[in-house]
Amino acid sequence: MSTATETIEGFVSKEYKYGFFTEVETESAPPGLNEEIIQLISTKKNEPDFLLEWRLKAYHHWLTMREPNWAKVKYPPVDYQKIIYYSAPKRKGTGPASLEEVDPKLLETYEKLGIPLKERERLAGVAVDAVFDSVSVGTTFKEQLAAKGIIFCSFTDAVQEHPELVKKYLGTVVPYTDNFYAALNSAVFSDGSFCYIPKGVRCPMELSTYFRINAANTGQFERTLIIADEGSYVSYLEGCTAPMRDENQLHAAVVELLALDRAEIKYSTVQNWYPGDENGRGGIYNFVTKRGMAKGAHSKISWTQVETGSAITWKYPSVVLQGDNSVGEFYSVALTNNYQQADTGTKMVHVGRNSRSTIVSKGISAGHGQNSYRGLVKILKGASNARNFSQCDSLLLGNKCGAHTFPYIEVKNTSSKVEHEATTSKIGEDQIFYCNQRGLSTQDAVNMIVNGYCKEVFKQLPMEFAVEAQKLLGVSLEGSVG
Amino acid sequence: MLEIRNLHAGVEGKTILKGVNLTVQRGEVHAVMGPNGSGKSTLAQILAGREGYEITDGEVIYEGKSLLELDPEERAREGIFLAFQYPVEIPGVNSAYFLKAALNEIRKHKGQPDLDAVEFLALVKQKMKLLDLSEDFLKRPVNEGFSGGEKKRNEIFQMAVLEPKLAILDETDSGLDIDALKIVSNGVNKLRRPGHAQLVITHYQRLLNYIVPDFVHVLFDGRIVRSGERQLALELEERGYEWIIRQEPQLV
Repeated sequence: MSTATETIEGFVSKEYKYGFFTEVETESAPPGLNEEIIQLISTKKNEPDFLLEWRLKAYHHWLTMREPNWAKVKYPPVDYQKIIYYSAPKRKGTGPASLEEVDPKLLETYEKLGIPLKERERLAGVAVDAVFDSVSVGTTFKEQLAAKGIIFCSFTDAVQEHPELVKKYLGTVVPYTDNFYAALNSAVFSDGSFCYIPKGVRCPMELSTYFRINAANTGQFERTLIIADEGSYVSYLEGCTAPMRDENQLHAAVVELLALDRAEIKYSTVQNWYPGDENGRGGIYNFVTKRGMAKGAHSKISWTQVETGSAITWKYPSVVLQGDNSVGEFYSVALTNNYQQADTGTKMVHVGRNSRSTIVSKGISAGHGQNSYRGLVKILKGASNARNFSQCDSLLLGNKCGAHTFPYIEVKNTSSKVEHEATTSKIGEDQIFYCNQRGLSTQDAVNMIVNGYCKEVFKQLPMEFAVEAQKLLGVSLEGSVG
Repeated sequence: MLEIRNLHAGVEGKTILKGVNLTVQRGEVHAVMGPNGSGKSTLAQILAGREGYEITDGEVIYEGKSLLELDPEERAREGIFLAFQYPVEIPGVNSAYFLKAALNEIRKHKGQPDLDAVEFLALVKQKMKLLDLSEDFLKRPVNEGFSGGEKKRNEIFQMAVLEPKLAILDETDSGLDIDALKIVSNGVNKLRRPGHAQLVITHYQRLLNYIVPDFVHVLFDGRIVRSGERQLALELEERGYEWIIRQEPQLV
């Protein structure tokens, strides 16, 4: 049991502590987007023809699309021709680097972030794929996982080593036509993580991807594809940070999850992109498409996210409950402080019979933060006896912030049941005074109250991640009580 | 230990305390009684440092320090404890976690090392017996879903763990049935220490059958109009507050 004091002592400063920049030699494409750039990315990665064709189709489709503007977020238009679409740390020598060959500066960066890549120093039980700007710099525990038939590698390696799997599954959950950012990502994605769990295998450790944006003016477009074959199980963690910069940077990722019969995927994110400074300058635009297909009967997909960073969050991790008796879950804590804006939520699309989904969303707004929950529960005609339970809570700190809830419910089946609960509360002066009267400072009191409020979500996270998430909320809220 | 001198205070322009004087020595138990609206709870809240009250005159000296200049958490760490009339719920925050954090803050202030989980649990188990609480109590969120009686017991349990120098009990008897009242009072009595003091605020004499005070003060219209020993409380019960008010014609 850790105490509030221990937690608080970990909060060294209210500065964004991952805001440093690593000097490494990089190889970058010129800014802008056109067919040549896509060709270049594909050539750099020595990709098979099918992938280049797919990228180009996505690009041409993207050109016909417009940026979505229905979210409750405000930002100046993004100039997509000013972004650099490919940036990679220069490799020493040729060919894919093993961990020993990785630039020590990169290893150091991850050490600083608390993600040591040297396997012997790793906490037992977590395998990591580290993505630096556009490329994966290393994956740990590859061999141990391979012994069980598990494939866990960078997307680039997957394309080289398992092109048949990539070809079979890429874009099956999130097609390139899905939305503006997904189309853009499909055209220019440069790396990401790939994971395949074979039939009946329970992945013996947590798999994790750690995303780091380093270079300036660079967009990060990674793609994650996770396939859990029949009767398998995997728990996957994703973490993200970026240096502090005055300009906004774009992060448009796509995550596709596919669970076959009786398979289970648990996907947890602690998102800590640079949120911008206290005046709302800089920060990451996090426009991400995440979707899981619970394709098989009795399959289960569970999203847990703790969103504390980025200037703007546009993100709706969703589950298509295609299999009969399939289960979809979404647990979310989204915090906005200063001038952060978040429009986040989920979609649960029930196709299969007896499919069940649960949504627990906890929004926290402080400073001038604007926090919106946007969720769709759709129950199709054939989804008899489908069930959904949604709970959306908002917590306000101060009186300059806002919380908004936009639930959409479409039910086309009379035997299904949908429940929605929503609450909005302010941290009460009574609660703070009560804590003060027991000797706790106001900041500690707020952290404790907020952590209590988020408990339902935190308990879904793996242990180390839950501790990390609690600390992060503390840091993100520092100075929010005046 | 505590000296309240000519304390005038109000809220939103309305004067509630109109010159309270009260001295409490170590080891003493004082009861402050009074009818509704006399300012009893205001006095308790001001001593604990609740914001929103305006102090217009007077001072409060606690252990040689000017109490009113301290933040509420500093007062708590200096040994002042308020058992709330309406204990506050903190959803999702485990009672043990909350209490351990509070205890370690106070210990830190005294220059003592933090208690670890094992030491804390040993301490807490011993104190739980005092209040006849079961262990699953610790796992429940602070006051959330507690009955009125459980909340009050929880207040005294926290007091037992934090061992304050000056405990202020604000209407601790309200909402308690006779059995719960006995348990709570018994707990409070066992926490009497020669070096510690208790300030018991109550509307009814009933509580003072169980928590026997050394001194009784009657607060009326923001002033202490009568002080005496325990006998005063019994007389009050018999004759009602009217009796005192009639004797003090300047109050009417």
